[in-house]
Amino acid sequence: MTKTNMSRRGVLKSGAVAGAGLAVPTIFTAQSAAAYTNEPTGSSVTLGFNVPQTGPYADEGADELRAYQLAVEHLNGTGADNGMLETFSSKALQGNGILGKKVEYVTGDTQTKSDAARASARSMIEKDGAVMITGGSSSGVAVAVQALCQEAGVIFMAGLTHSNDTTGKDKKANGFRHFFNSYMSGAALAPILANNYGTDRKAYHLTADYNWGYTTEEAVKTSTEAMGWETVAAVRTPLTQTDFSSYIAPVLQSGADVLVLNHYGGNMVNSLTNAVQFGLRDKLVNNKNFEIVVPLYSRLMAKGAGANVKGIYGSTNWHWSLQDEGSQAFVRSFGTKYGFPPSQAAHTCYVQTLLYADAVQRAGSFNPCAVAEALEDFEFDGMGNGKTLYRGADHQCFKDVLVVKGKENPTSEFDLLEIVEVTPTAQVTYDASIFGGELGACNPGT
Amino acid sequence: MDAIILQILNGLDKGSAYALIALGLTLIFGTLGVVNFAHGALFMIGAFCAVTLNRILTLSHQVVDPTRTDFLGNPMKVDVPYVFDMFGEAAGQSIIDWSVPLAILFAIPVMVLVGVIMERGLIKFFYKRPHADQILVTFGLAIVLQEIIKYYYGANPIPTPAPEAFKGSFDFGAMLGFDPNTIIYPYWRLVYFCFAALIIGAVFVFLQFTTFGMVVRAGMADRETVGLLGIDIDKRFTIMFGLAAAVAGLAGVMYAPINAPNYHMGMDFLVLSFVVVVVGGMGSLPGAVAAGFLLGILESFASMREVIAFIPGINQVIIYLVAIIILLTRPRGLMGRKGVMED
Amino acid sequence: MFGLDKKDATLLVVVAILALFAPFILNPFPEGSAMAQFNAGYPDLMQRFVIFGIFAIGFNILFGLTGYLSFGHAAFLGVGSYAAIWMMKLLTMNVIPAIIVSVIVAGLISFLVGWISLRRSGIYFSILTLAFAMMMYQLAYSDLFGQLFGGVLTGGETGLQPKVNDPRILDAALAEGATPKAHLFGLEMGASYKLAVGSWEFTFNAGYYIAAVAMLAAFYMSIRIFRSPFGLMLRSVKSNQQRVSYTGLNPRPYTLAAFVISGMYAGLAGGLLVAMDTQVGAERMFWTASGEVVIMTILGGAGTLIGPVLGSGLLKYMENILSKINKGVLEGWFSFMPDGMSDFFIAITNLFVGKQWHITTGVIFMLVIIFVPGGLVELGKRIGNLLTRKKQPNNTDGSAKAEPAE
Repeated sequence: MTKTNMSRRGVLKSGAVAGAGLAVPTIFTAQSAAAYTNEPTGSSVTLGFNVPQTGPYADEGADELRAYQLAVEHLNGTGADNGMLETFSSKALQGNGILGKKVEYVTGDTQTKSDAARASARSMIEKDGAVMITGGSSSGVAVAVQALCQEAGVIFMAGLTHSNDTTGKDKKANGFRHFFNSYMSGAALAPILANNYGTDRKAYHLTADYNWGYTTEEAVKTSTEAMGWETVAAVRTPLTQTDFSSYIAPVLQSGADVLVLNHYGGNMVNSLTNAVQFGLRDKLVNNKNFEIVVPLYSRLMAKGAGANVKGIYGSTNWHWSLQDEGSQAFVRSFGTKYGFPPSQAAHTCYVQTLLYADAVQRAGSFNPCAVAEALEDFEFDGMGNGKTLYRGADHQCFKDVLVVKGKENPTSEFDLLEIVEVTPTAQVTYDASIFGGELGACNPGT
Repeated sequence: MDAIILQILNGLDKGSAYALIALGLTLIFGTLGVVNFAHGALFMIGAFCAVTLNRILTLSHQVVDPTRTDFLGNPMKVDVPYVFDMFGEAAGQSIIDWSVPLAILFAIPVMVLVGVIMERGLIKFFYKRPHADQILVTFGLAIVLQEIIKYYYGANPIPTPAPEAFKGSFDFGAMLGFDPNTIIYPYWRLVYFCFAALIIGAVFVFLQFTTFGMVVRAGMADRETVGLLGIDIDKRFTIMFGLAAAVAGLAGVMYAPINAPNYHMGMDFLVLSFVVVVVGGMGSLPGAVAAGFLLGILESFASMREVIAFIPGINQVIIYLVAIIILLTRPRGLMGRKGVMED
Repeated sequence: MFGLDKKDATLLVVVAILALFAPFILNPFPEGSAMAQFNAGYPDLMQRFVIFGIFAIGFNILFGLTGYLSFGHAAFLGVGSYAAIWMMKLLTMNVIPAIIVSVIVAGLISFLVGWISLRRSGIYFSILTLAFAMMMYQLAYSDLFGQLFGGVLTGGETGLQPKVNDPRILDAALAEGATPKAHLFGLEMGASYKLAVGSWEFTFNAGYYIAAVAMLAAFYMSIRIFRSPFGLMLRSVKSNQQRVSYTGLNPRPYTLAAFVISGMYAGLAGGLLVAMDTQVGAERMFWTASGEVVIMTILGGAGTLIGPVLGSGLLKYMENILSKINKGVLEGWFSFMPDGMSDFFIAITNLFVGKQWHITTGVIFMLVIIFVPGGLVELGKRIGNLLTRKKQPNNTDGSAKAEPAE
């Protein structure tokens, strides 16, 4: 991408006394140049798409990037169709960029490491003049980049991050999350589990030994125990573990009849594969069929685990088989462009970009504080999850959560999950204060 | 009691994977004096041999099924593997089902070839270079190899199931008189253990009882003298490298059903296999095998609930803790020779 | 000058000038041009250049002089970072206490690790340092100590950042709505002056210059160590440890001193990382991070003075610049070509940039190690020799062993 008109620089350039190739240096402090960090004053605006391009989540990152490119096409009105802009309840966006400025973007690699993610985000802010950073595929990265954006004075629209912390104890005024979280997973899953497996169950948790694992374990434990389940044990597994046999082998001895795998990504693929290998699902314990539950599902994980996911319950933010207008519109434009249906990561990133653009349009300014104000307590529909609220108190979206099950007879490599229930928003809503943390004030930067 | 038997079983199985990888690593080090950081990549390539064979067997042509529609509402295209056309659906299905064991046959020539090319093309220029240079160049190679695999196969793990016949688990507990379901172990992992034992045995027999093995062992002890005797030790070393690559590759092929292969599985195993080799003693084959099983069993015990409750976090650090203790009590690992890799 | 001989003083001055004018040197391409993608003169990357330069200079004191290959140095960097962030949370956002404490804590930890690990040599030493580092990484990632004592020590996966409501006993209370920012007696690390010259724009960042001063001091120290009797002693350990022992000298205290010094350098780098970007995550202690500093040092030229700085610069440049080149950028570059041809070039180039940037780094390691074993320093010398058309005195032999650079 050529950036012929970096707006921030445009200001600087106009300030510089240029003559016949020689110039008298003029010194500016950042303060005097703009009202807020990276204020776009030219004919274009730059967004920063910061996704994992290397490392275990690279495929998820690639799907996020596809969604971002599609969103940019739709915002600029250069795509084959207009995707969710047709179904989005807010009609502020015109398909001529944001506030009439053409949307350009830069990409970076988070490597799923908070250091690399921050380095990449900083280069987008400092070098490329990005006015908004979005993306990511893990909570550690999301929290780190969100804190950076708060300091730098740009908006952060989180990508895939499921930990309660992102909008809980680590929430920031400049950060917004559309994706759901551990608490919602637990609240949505528990009733379905009770309906299908009964209320007299003994659960055994295997939990990845880091923040996301803890919050997920906590959420599922609390909500299943409220249904009458008993938690036999919760064992922490190292993040770097690849073979889970020594954690799974003792499960049957404990007398548990449900195994909950609070794992994500490669951990989940391996632990589920191992659990199925041990034949746990063929066993009869306490005169009940032994069952496995995976609180957070993604299509890529389901693909990695293959046939092992069949019949296993979990939750997900969104799924392409949803029949509402918004989802259909998105699946159609994504599928037409790329030849396969989008993942939930792609969906949340696409929606976040549109929501940001819409908020800017409605606020009439790229100023992070104005954008934040426009997003706070914003209610919208037509983005695939039904009526949704961007809660102002913690910058978390509240919307329907999907409970899904591994499909018994998939018709294609993308058709791995089937929707069991769409849990209504009310059931997964919680009080904004329960996770602690301070939102603070919005920071427009310099 | 049953819990302990179970974890010993577990440890043996884990250890057999460690031992197999470490065996090839220490073989290369012992014979060629090269620290091969690309060994994990060889293991990974082995696993991807299984994936590739599966892909080849499921090569398909598309048939349009007008009665069904895909996600965009167009008529569904159904993939029909060519093996179905050739052998009929039932036979074709069972060929695909058995693709992992079949991949052994496929992997041996591939891995030997990869090993020989690596040795002739790169490693042989590094015999006289410092170990740090060897580490760096093979590390660079490992990165390139895994990125190539990532380019073609993506970053996501690819499920590569074992044949239907090996699904499920075997109930040792019932056999030994414990309650049913207390000591169960998956069939495929038992196969893996036996396979590893077989390969390890074969390598030892090969080195101990064949002329070739004798010459190689002599070369390991004193390369120069063997060269002076007029024996072309270089050629034999090339073959040894191919052999070590094949061992790593086979370990990978058989590992594919245990954990779905991904492009970074080699790096995941690299550090661990080095710890195993060093704990066993650089260049010692029995040391590597013993250390592999030892660390496997200890790791299994450390992951028991009761143990974690007693020493929190022990499962996170056990391997490294054991390595430190062993290296401090036995200066050259379990069975290392003096003067090897100490400068 | 400063007790250096003429050659070393010249080198120091050259490095100082390069550091001073880095914002110009690293930004050679005008804004908006297609080549601007390759500009590295923005604060974050410039800071990283000098900070990882410090890390590599320190590592080189151990590895380049004594030959002991530590595979766990990233742990000291991480420990330094955690120490610094705790200073910022508890004491003050001023970077001075943070940096001092990070050096001290890293020194203490490296003393413990070195004291134990240096009982062994060769690969046994490497594995011991690796094992210690990996243990520390695991403990930090799961915040085991924090969990054990019911508090927070490392913050686990999400790491630590200064929060508005941290105690910070030396600082006045923050203004309403203000975020804590790292500063040096009021000069914020993020403060930048921008200089626009024609279509160029140069950024002069306060944090960068503070890190650069630290780097120059570290570099000066390293020259002094290289030229001191202590340095000579370390070199003799590298060439023949046994013979040193036979002369009745115990090499252990010398190697341990080198280990601790390099650990303190790592701690300084870790502290500066936090000063520039107030956040710590456990990943910076993972073994690949330790491997990275080995690569930087060898890539630049182990045992040379300037090599590690060059190596770290090259690696960080590739990581930050190559990974940001996406297909859209490539399409921009090759748009002047006819369609088929540009598609071809885009496809080829795309193999080595963006999400494939690891391949480029892997290939460059291999090429450098195969063809110029002495790293970038030797490459520079060879090119220099070619240009001045000097007779190359025993180049092929001399290059195999990395000689200290002038």
